[in-house]
Amino acid sequence: MLLQSNTAGSVGSFAQIGVSMSFTTRGFSGRRREENPRLPPGQTLFEDWPVLTAGPTPRVDAADWELTLRDETGTDHRWDWDGLLALGVEDVTVDIHCVTHWTKLDMAWRGVSLDKLFEDVETEHEFVMAHSYGGYTTNVPLEDLLDGKAWIATEAEGEPLDPEHGGPARLLVPHLYFWKSAKWIRSLTMTADNEPGFWEQNGYHLYGDPWKEERYW
Amino acid sequence: MATRLDGNALAGALSEVFREDVTAARARCIGCGGVSPIGGAVVYPDAPGLVARCASCDQVLATIVDAGDRVFLSLSGMSTIELRR
Ligand SMILES: [Zn+2]
Repeated sequence: MLLQSNTAGSVGSFAQIGVSMSFTTRGFSGRRREENPRLPPGQTLFEDWPVLTAGPTPRVDAADWELTLRDETGTDHRWDWDGLLALGVEDVTVDIHCVTHWTKLDMAWRGVSLDKLFEDVETEHEFVMAHSYGGYTTNVPLEDLLDGKAWIATEAEGEPLDPEHGGPARLLVPHLYFWKSAKWIRSLTMTADNEPGFWEQNGYHLYGDPWKEERYW
Repeated sequence: MATRLDGNALAGALSEVFREDVTAARARCIGCGGVSPIGGAVVYPDAPGLVARCASCDQVLATIVDAGDRVFLSLSGMSTIELRR
């Protein structure tokens, strides 16, 4: 009890740095359609696509971009930009759900299925840590990345991904809250245990199923 | 045998730590070792939480996640916070 009130006091101090805690009010401008069966609990329908970022936006040219998949033997599987696209790009239309309460329906994406990336990877480990340019991390169980459930996305809504939206390439795992869809994806590392990534260490749910409202610890 | 207490034993110390506006306090960044006021950090508010980064090296100093009935506070990027009496 004491700890809680003290903690709340420090939050007030941080808010005084000059920013509002905008995530507590974001979303109220959107239209709520509780009757829409495609809207998970606590979510509001958005037409636009808000930019959320926890730090400076990395600027990575496709020419310099590289993706590494590392298994437990230390073997690296690497793809440069052309190598990634050569695996086969597909069009997908999915709904995305941000933990800050907005949902965007029927988004058109282009990307490479993670099934393609994992085709030649032998691993006993059941978890994956995604690492981004800029240092962001997020953890996802391997089974949530396979069987047509996840992509390395290079385009959205008919355009190459802007750096603000994670370009040149981001992870796309639409069935989990969108913080799992790591922007500026750089590597995927197999892990034996379900280790927490950045937001998962700092209060957000280890798994993040929007239909179960798995927002926080 | 070494004395072991539960977390309630921290209450007195924490009430001093968070007694006043901590933004005036200086903290040491675990990234670059620089010591500067917390209020001088760079805060990214358009994220699933507030993210405060070192103005010199971008190290994440602190995060604050508003979970409604709870607040998650991490100060993991600060090795030490200086508090004036
Ligand atoms: Zn620093």
